[in-house]
Amino acid sequence: MSEIIVSIRDLVKSYGTQRVLHGVSFDLYRGKTNVIIGPSGSGKSVLMRQLIRLEEPDSGAILFDGQDIAKVEGRALSMLRRRFGMVFQHSALFDFMNVFENVAFPLREHTTLSRGEIRDRVEERLDSLGILEAAKKMPAELSGGMQRRVAVARALILETELVVYDEPTTGLDPLTTQTVDELILEAAAKFGVTSVVISHDMASVFRIADQITVLNFGHVEASAPPESLMEVVSDEVRSFILASGIDPRSITKIRKN
Amino acid sequence: MAETELKPPKDRAVPKELLESLLIRLAAPFAEVGILTRMCVSALRGMVRPPFRFANYVSAVEFIGLGSVFLVSLTGLFTGAVLGLQLVDNFRQVGLENQTSAVVGFALSRELGPVFTALMVSSRAGSAMAAQLGSMRVSHQIDALKTMAVHPIQYLVSPRVAAGFMVVPLLTAVFNVVAMVGAWFVSVKMLGLDSGVFLGRLQQMLDGEDITQGLVKAAIFGFAVCLIACRQGYYASGGAEGVGKATNQAVVHSAIAILALDYVITAIIIGQGLF
Repeated sequence: MSEIIVSIRDLVKSYGTQRVLHGVSFDLYRGKTNVIIGPSGSGKSVLMRQLIRLEEPDSGAILFDGQDIAKVEGRALSMLRRRFGMVFQHSALFDFMNVFENVAFPLREHTTLSRGEIRDRVEERLDSLGILEAAKKMPAELSGGMQRRVAVARALILETELVVYDEPTTGLDPLTTQTVDELILEAAAKFGVTSVVISHDMASVFRIADQITVLNFGHVEASAPPESLMEVVSDEVRSFILASGIDPRSITKIRKN
Repeated sequence: MAETELKPPKDRAVPKELLESLLIRLAAPFAEVGILTRMCVSALRGMVRPPFRFANYVSAVEFIGLGSVFLVSLTGLFTGAVLGLQLVDNFRQVGLENQTSAVVGFALSRELGPVFTALMVSSRAGSAMAAQLGSMRVSHQIDALKTMAVHPIQYLVSPRVAAGFMVVPLLTAVFNVVAMVGAWFVSVKMLGLDSGVFLGRLQQMLDGEDITQGLVKAAIFGFAVCLIACRQGYYASGGAEGVGKATNQAVVHSAIAILALDYVITAIIIGQGLF
């Protein structure tokens, strides 16, 4: 396995009296597709919100290149966030901007590029993801798959090192799901980013993952490559994976170069 | 005689859950003031710290101001007209109909103008702002702003409250002028008052202090209405139902705030003789 980019150590998070994360520890690997799976209520989304610092953990550390994401504030946090990209479950595109403006938004906010330079860079990114013809469309005019593409383009427009995908295939038909899986790998291959995918779509997980971390009731059950995952998880998690109706051994992993 | 069986006394203690729920309800208004104060400080800080997004301010002024001109004018016209109708008719019975314009002008500039304008802005622009921010919240667009290292309150709330502060006094001035036209039309053209007397009494009785007081109130109302609308939308939760609730609460809370602030400001102004 390659170099560690993010190291999560003893992460604890509670809401009122309910503890959701009970000392979660695992690593994310640079340039790889790291997938976090788990049943509903296992704490995946809560973990994602700590990882991108939408919330602060009660205790523990999230070390990104040696910096603790859970502790940084102000300008340091702002600088750190620019190295992250986020693709939300339903894309979260700004509905009052068209596709071009959505993708150009981070550049307008954080760079001093001229209008022409921004236009060139956005068009190049839209073209590389096959959505240049949709540049003038509003998000509501796009299909779910296209919206995910725009969200990926927006997440990758700055010098992003790590992209977090929150259940990227939820609500999509099987064909579009496959397209999104390919898109995640395509983005990683073309732009050299590390991907963190939070999902409970088992077929999709085993198609794209280099490393799978299983979360169960706020604990890390296992963290292993997909080939060996079934051998190290508990019976409960094995049943959860098999209950999705797929046999992980029969799924062919997508390879993108 | 058989010994009476002793029954344990009924537990008269208030259940803990009930007590907690009561305390939460009692503390809610204070918590609300706290949330609004924090958002207000954050929004004010956002106005004076870079980056300055002038386009967002222009867009907010256009939405609150230009979008409300017609509604405010229409409301003003009918308010003035009905005041003229009521006052001329009643004042005639005691021979005071010549005072109509002075009373209408005084009532409009000090009270009705700012209050009605702010209520109209709250029902049109405030509800729309709450719905827009609420929809952004439940669809994670506000989270997306944060992850892109953009301060959501500076980006979304600061321009709106600044626009409310600047635009509502201007809309109030429009309301007052149109309402006076409505009152003049009914009093002079329909009920036969002398136009010269109407305008003369207005000029004689109404002074700058009355107008300034109304405009100061309007600025404070504008700020409050937009802050409340943004607060309701920004912290909306619970999907479409939550957005609907936020929109509804934005209008209700704004109406209460306008009337309560009107009383407080008037008391301060009259008590200390500021104007």
